Amino acid sequence: MSIFGEVPLAAPVAVFKLTADFREDQSPNKVNLGVGAYRTDECQPWVLPVVKKVEKIIVEDHSLNHEYLPILGLPEFRSSASKIALGADSPAISENRVGAVQCLGGTGALKIGAEFLRRWYNGIDNTKTPVYVSAPTWENHNAVFSNAGFEDIRPYKYWDGEKRGLDLAGLLDDLESAPEHSIFVLHACAHNPTGTDPTQDQWKQIADIMKRKNLFAFFDSAYQGFASGNLDQDAWAIRYFVSHGFELFCAQSFSKNFGLYNERVGNLTVVAKDQDKLNHVLSQMEKIVRITWSNPPSQGARLVAITLNSPELFAEWKDNVKTMADRVLLMRAQLKEKLKSLGTPGTWEHITEQIGMFSFTGLNPKQVEYMIKEKHIFLMASGRINMCGLTSKNIDYVAESIHETVTRIQ
Amino acid sequence: MSARSVFVDTPFASSPMKFIEDYKLDAHPNKVNLAGREYLAEHGQTTWLPLIRKIKQQIATDPTLIPEYTPVFGIPEFSRRATELALGTDSPAILQSRVFGVQTVGCTGAVRLGAELLRTWFCSGSSWSGSVFLSSPCDESLAEIFKSTGFEHVRYYRYWDAKSSGVFMDGLLHDLENAPDHSVVLLFASGHSPTGADLSQEEWKRVAEVMMKRNLFPFILIPAQGLCSGSLEQDAWAVRHCVSLGLEVLCAQSFSHNFGLYGERVGHLLCVLRQNLLAVQSQAERLVQTLWSCPSVDGARVVATVLSNPAHLAEWQEGLKAMAVRCMLIRERLHERLRLLASPGCWGNIIKPGGLYCCIGLNGD
Repeated sequence: MSIFGEVPLAAPVAVFKLTADFREDQSPNKVNLGVGAYRTDECQPWVLPVVKKVEKIIVEDHSLNHEYLPILGLPEFRSSASKIALGADSPAISENRVGAVQCLGGTGALKIGAEFLRRWYNGIDNTKTPVYVSAPTWENHNAVFSNAGFEDIRPYKYWDGEKRGLDLAGLLDDLESAPEHSIFVLHACAHNPTGTDPTQDQWKQIADIMKRKNLFAFFDSAYQGFASGNLDQDAWAIRYFVSHGFELFCAQSFSKNFGLYNERVGNLTVVAKDQDKLNHVLSQMEKIVRITWSNPPSQGARLVAITLNSPELFAEWKDNVKTMADRVLLMRAQLKEKLKSLGTPGTWEHITEQIGMFSFTGLNPKQVEYMIKEKHIFLMASGRINMCGLTSKNIDYVAESIHETVTRIQ
Repeated sequence: MSARSVFVDTPFASSPMKFIEDYKLDAHPNKVNLAGREYLAEHGQTTWLPLIRKIKQQIATDPTLIPEYTPVFGIPEFSRRATELALGTDSPAILQSRVFGVQTVGCTGAVRLGAELLRTWFCSGSSWSGSVFLSSPCDESLAEIFKSTGFEHVRYYRYWDAKSSGVFMDGLLHDLENAPDHSVVLLFASGHSPTGADLSQEEWKRVAEVMMKRNLFPFILIPAQGLCSGSLEQDAWAVRHCVSLGLEVLCAQSFSHNFGLYGERVGHLLCVLRQNLLAVQSQAERLVQTLWSCPSVDGARVVATVLSNPAHLAEWQEGLKAMAVRCMLIRERLHERLRLLASPGCWGNIIKPGGLYCCIGLNGD
């Protein structure tokens, strides 16, 4: 008899299952459009040249000590990472009301932020504060907040399937009707999974309502630089909120824009009203970190810190990021062109209107099934594709397959 | 937006690591830090064995390593070797496929994951009391982990006896005998923190007997395997003994001390079950995703490289023995000095146990 005898089997995570199915597929034409990482035109993972350079610097530096990092992480990483999000000249930074916690990737940053908010936001240990996540959103958002203790996690309208774009009216409506002090998880740029971001004007409208209703902005920034190719452009929304007096959290991930997926480099940037409040918040976050992972891993953070704090390396990194972003933009443009020239039924403007790694194609579950079973092209049931899975070698096949699917299956 | 901060009610918490700051600020030429957690070499800094440095360099320049998300449970080779290290390669539990392992963010991550797994799934459907027993004393953060995960009753079993400067066996056994059914009991296979006082094999046998009888669940920590006694097998003996009795066990391992990989955060949670492995494994996977999604690779790669290569393994064990012997030497010297100074009190406990820590019995003043 086992004390775990009654434990039920959890359903597999969709994106992992997709990758597993892809691996088993024997077709020579198979394409994986479900992968959540960058791929080169040869469909290979890419170690950024600047990363290779800095790795060498680190391993040859015999002066580095190997102790535990401080609980909140490497100081030079935390400050430089926050500068990336808010801008080096951010008044909030010069006013000493910006701080950060180095975390285990974007997930870790969300985790620490969620745990803090559950304990200290909107009352003490108030598990009933509504947490709003976009419909749809990254599948792990719900689980992170739920496991942190929040009991009321709700969707806010976001994706309009019919017009294949942002449901602004629905979104603003949900903001208006949200209870005061609700927490909203906002994608800073390159929305996952739809690739659809609000315009600057739309962000202003969102911020207006959030300000009026005292709603808390928790930004998830996993693709800065990766979306438009420009770091500042991709951080516009966060900076707008900060410049309009919001206190906010921003969970930053350096997995994609540094290609450091397995180093788990994340940063939770905290913007408070003043330095005193900031210190209070950080002190409580330190207690939370202590019972989660004690202190974070050093390698990735060191690498990012060295890069961001050196003008030459920083420039080289921005260049590397632009390389990745440009390839994605190219694939978007080419896919749309090919679909249009094939005369594929439907509109395909959204392919280039959307931004970042992911695109919501608009394919329905039946069409997705056809793509996988008949054409061996693997994508999420939601119709989400990772543009990085497209290459100059497979883009024709993919375009033709979409064409075939859309004409045969409705 | 209101001018009021949403953080206005957040109280300030003093840092658990304040003494490190205090030490750094102290300008006295003779200052000594005895409150650190790491193994320090003669020069007073953390150090890598030459083998570890060499492997790190190899890994840093290995062109075949790809930048991709690690599996949720970490590097499979690391987990396999970590499991074998704890249980022995010929462990019946491994052969019977009743074991799964999770690479975690340090030992803290392993304890946290284990606590969450137990809290969520232990005796699901039954009226479990939610009790966990920790040694008295124990590191505050351990108690905090269980409390914050939702264990309703965090209690303590008597362990350290200041008078005899050793383990209070009678008290320990009595407290376990009287623990509620299905209580979780946190124990150290070796390298007890903060006292450095470990149970002998005979004492462990008695503890295991009580746990069998009372249906208690052992959650065993191995913070520094090989560094305490100098023997890998001896430092993990307690876990192997429990497993040989057929007990289900959770085991949290750290590779911080025995590999000098502090900043890399290399930990491992071992789960030895009687049945239903796949289901528990799937739930553990879910929990990992809400904590850190997947762990970082660097340290685990080093450990896997060493443990899967017989030559590396031998060299590493030699290095470990040397570190363990140095710890024992320092203990002996300290004991000798105190004896020569005729310091009041009994200092025998300094030389008794092995490992990094020692409770010297000074009071707060």
